[in-house]
Amino acid sequence: MAEFTLPKNSKVQKGKKFPAKAGAKNVRTFRVYRWNEDDGQNPHIDEYEVDMDSCGPMVLDALIKIKNEIDSTLTFRRSCREGICGSCAMNIDGGNTLACTKAIDDCKGDVKIYPLPHMPVVKDLVPDLTNFYAQYASIKPWLRTETPAPDKERLQSKEDRAKLDGLYECILCASCSTSCPSYWWNGDKYLGPAALLQAYRFIADSRDEDTGARLDELEDPFKLYRCHTIMNCTNTCPKGLNPAKAIGEIKKLMVERKGV
Amino acid sequence: MSETNNVRAADYRTPLKRVRGLGAAKSGTHHFIAQRVTAVALVFLVLWAIYLALALVHSDYAQAREMLHHPFAAVWLIAFLIAGFWHAQLGIQVVIEDYVHTRWLEAVAQLANKFVCAAAALAGIIAVVRIVLS
Repeated sequence: MAEFTLPKNSKVQKGKKFPAKAGAKNVRTFRVYRWNEDDGQNPHIDEYEVDMDSCGPMVLDALIKIKNEIDSTLTFRRSCREGICGSCAMNIDGGNTLACTKAIDDCKGDVKIYPLPHMPVVKDLVPDLTNFYAQYASIKPWLRTETPAPDKERLQSKEDRAKLDGLYECILCASCSTSCPSYWWNGDKYLGPAALLQAYRFIADSRDEDTGARLDELEDPFKLYRCHTIMNCTNTCPKGLNPAKAIGEIKKLMVERKGV
Repeated sequence: MSETNNVRAADYRTPLKRVRGLGAAKSGTHHFIAQRVTAVALVFLVLWAIYLALALVHSDYAQAREMLHHPFAAVWLIAFLIAGFWHAQLGIQVVIEDYVHTRWLEAVAQLANKFVCAAAALAGIIAVVRIVLS
C-alpha cells in the first residue's frame, strides 16, 4: 500500500535554536528542516532568528545569511539567485517555489522551509532528483526529425513559434512534480507534470517530426494518465506556467487520434 | 512493495532503465474516454434518478411498480445502472492503481472491483426486467 505515515526514523523532531544577536530589532524566525545521513539522527527543525535589517528581501538571502553568519552546516542548492536556474526549489511556507524569488514578506509568521516533498533527501534542503532527471531524459527532449537537416536553420512561422510560449520557459526546478500527490504515490511510473510539460513542448513544436511516436511513448495508464487534474502543479509553478493544461492538451491529442 | 516501486533498490540499473520500466502500455485512452462518456451520461441519468426517487417517496408498492413498469422508466433505469456501475468500476480501478502497490493485493482488489460492479449492475438490471415483464 501507499505509505501515509512516516517511518519511526523519519519522524521530524525539534532541533536547535539559534537566537538573534543582542540588539537586533527587526527579527524574523526561520524554521528549517535539517537531516544528515552521517549523524544517524532523525530529521529535526532548527530555528534561526535572523536580523532582517541586515538581510536581503528573499528567502534565499536569509538562507545564505544563515549559512554565512549563523550555521555553516546548513546545506542547500543555489546558483543564479534570479529564478532562472531552478536550483533553489524548496518547500517554503507550505508551497513549493524558488527561494530566490520568494519574498520573506510574503510568508506568514515564522518562515517554514523544507526540502521538496516526497523526494529522497541527500542532506537538509537538498533532494535527490535522479529519478526526476531520468524522467526528463526518457521523453527525449530534443527535436526528432527524419528529413535531412536544411543548410540553414529549421524554419517556423511566428504563429507556430507562439505555440511554444508557456512551455519553453520551464527551468526544471521540480516544484510542480514534487507538489503532485499522484507523483508522490506513483513517481516511479508516472512521469509527472514537469516531464509531461516538456513532452508537450516537443509535440507542439512544428519542426518536430515524431509526434506520433511521442504520443505512443506516453500512452500508458501510469506515464500519462496518472494525472488526475489536481492542479497543484499549476498552482505552485514559480514561473507561472500551466503544466496541467499541457497534460490536458496531450490527452486531447490522444483522444483525437482515436477518431473520437 | 514491488521491485519497480523501490527506486533506491541496491542494484546497478541506470535511472533511465528504471524510469522506462516495461515501456508504454499503448493503452489508457479508452479508459479515459469511457470514464468521461459515462460521466456525461450520468449527469442526465442521475438527475432523472433523483426525480424518480422523489416521485416514489409517498407511493405504495403498487404505485411504485406501476411507475417502473413503464418502458421509458425501465430503459432509463437500466441505462443508469449500466453507466453508474461502469463509471464506478473505472473510478475504483484508478483508486486501486493509485494506492495499492502490493502486487497480489492489487490483483485481488481489481478482480473484486470488476466482479462486484458487474454483479451489482446485473442484479439491478434483472430486477428492472422482472418488474417490466411481470
